[in-house]
Amino acid sequence: MTVRTRVIPCLDVANGRVVKGVNFVDLKDAGDPVEQAKLYDAAGADELCFLDITATHEARGTILDVVRRTAEVCFMPVTVGGGVRTPDDARALLLAGADKVAVNSAAVARPELVADIADRFGSQCIVGSVDARKVSEGRWEIFTHGGRQPTGIDALEHALRLADLGAGELLVTSMDGDGTKGGYDLALTRAIADAVSIPVIASGGVGTLDHLVEGVVQGHASAVLAASIFHFGQHTIAEAHHALAAAGVPVRSA
Amino acid sequence: MIALIDYGAGNLHSVHNALRKAGAHDVAITADADVVARADRIVLPGVGAFRACRDALVAIPGMVDAMNEAVNGRGAPFLGVCVGMQLLADAGEEFGRHEGLGWIPGTVRLIEPADAAVKVPHMGWNDVVLNGAPPLIEAGEAYFLHSYHYEAADPAHVAATTDHGGPLVAAVARDTIIGCQFHPEKSQRYGLAFMARFLDWKP
Repeated sequence: MTVRTRVIPCLDVANGRVVKGVNFVDLKDAGDPVEQAKLYDAAGADELCFLDITATHEARGTILDVVRRTAEVCFMPVTVGGGVRTPDDARALLLAGADKVAVNSAAVARPELVADIADRFGSQCIVGSVDARKVSEGRWEIFTHGGRQPTGIDALEHALRLADLGAGELLVTSMDGDGTKGGYDLALTRAIADAVSIPVIASGGVGTLDHLVEGVVQGHASAVLAASIFHFGQHTIAEAHHALAAAGVPVRSA
Repeated sequence: MIALIDYGAGNLHSVHNALRKAGAHDVAITADADVVARADRIVLPGVGAFRACRDALVAIPGMVDAMNEAVNGRGAPFLGVCVGMQLLADAGEEFGRHEGLGWIPGTVRLIEPADAAVKVPHMGWNDVVLNGAPPLIEAGEAYFLHSYHYEAADPAHVAATTDHGGPLVAAVARDTIIGCQFHPEKSQRYGLAFMARFLDWKP
């Protein structure tokens, strides 16, 4: 077989606490990201993603503690996104135990940040975020500030630029789809996945298992990221793997 | 005592955590050649670029000599992980050609799949397929994350392969030396079981 399509649950974390996470099982401390990471590790998630949405600069260090404690008990790949502005921010996360760091707004303002991180730590650890909204048929634009701020930057061009600068992977999020449960923006995902030689993670809008399958089969993504369908007990990681396998997509058996 | 060589590799702590979880009690995270010289087992982690890792390793006074003496001199079991495995080669071709340790003949080259739909880096879970009856390695699924791969000069040194647009070396082995391209520290049960076997290995 070939490399497996990855199913990646994503946890939003603010000030070291989960703000959007598993809320259907009895956890000693449901707000502790590490407790939730352990659940997904045991459930056979292929990777885990922490999105740090801490608003204040002072509290940013809290994610390092979360990553460090997660790496002590979870033996799975972990990507951390949010608030990475400098190569030193990336270094701190990698040393704490993150395997990959995702850069978003800082790489919109200064795409060279991707090259700086890739040069120091290798392309394999840098994920370029592409947060896009559809502006017309077949055209998407990069938005920042949680999808509120247009930048005028063409999403496909930005994706190609990030890949060119040495990103090892792209996290493509449809800001139109995010939170809607209407499915990924398949045309966006596919346009980018077909244009770059690095893996693409589809993100934003998953409401059903079929959406995960579409992300791979129609969107040509190498990995599928989702949050609420897993957190709220709607589906398990195993069900996601089964749905993908049933559609002929290679997934992990264990 | 297990010497886990600290030369700035990003996965140092993850490998340490996994060794402990696999049952190791006496791991010394060390950049001291003397500690490596008397270690019972040696683990070399590594992520990132071949050259940067090679430069960092040779920059530690006496380290390569100590590794050589311990492993090739008195046969201490050695585990190299990812770039720590790639450094076993004669040379790596990432950002120019750079010499490796030359312990297991071969060259580390860019993965260049014929099919443009095959993505590089090779990232994710993939098969570990045994080549003959290698030490320590068992068939299963492990987590890979690399753009360069080991081309072993002698097929007898290939312990396992995987498939990503064609066969790629997943592990190399010779005598008391084993190197894995996959990340045991990120391969959940499969990886921890592999680590545990290394800790018990009496080649």
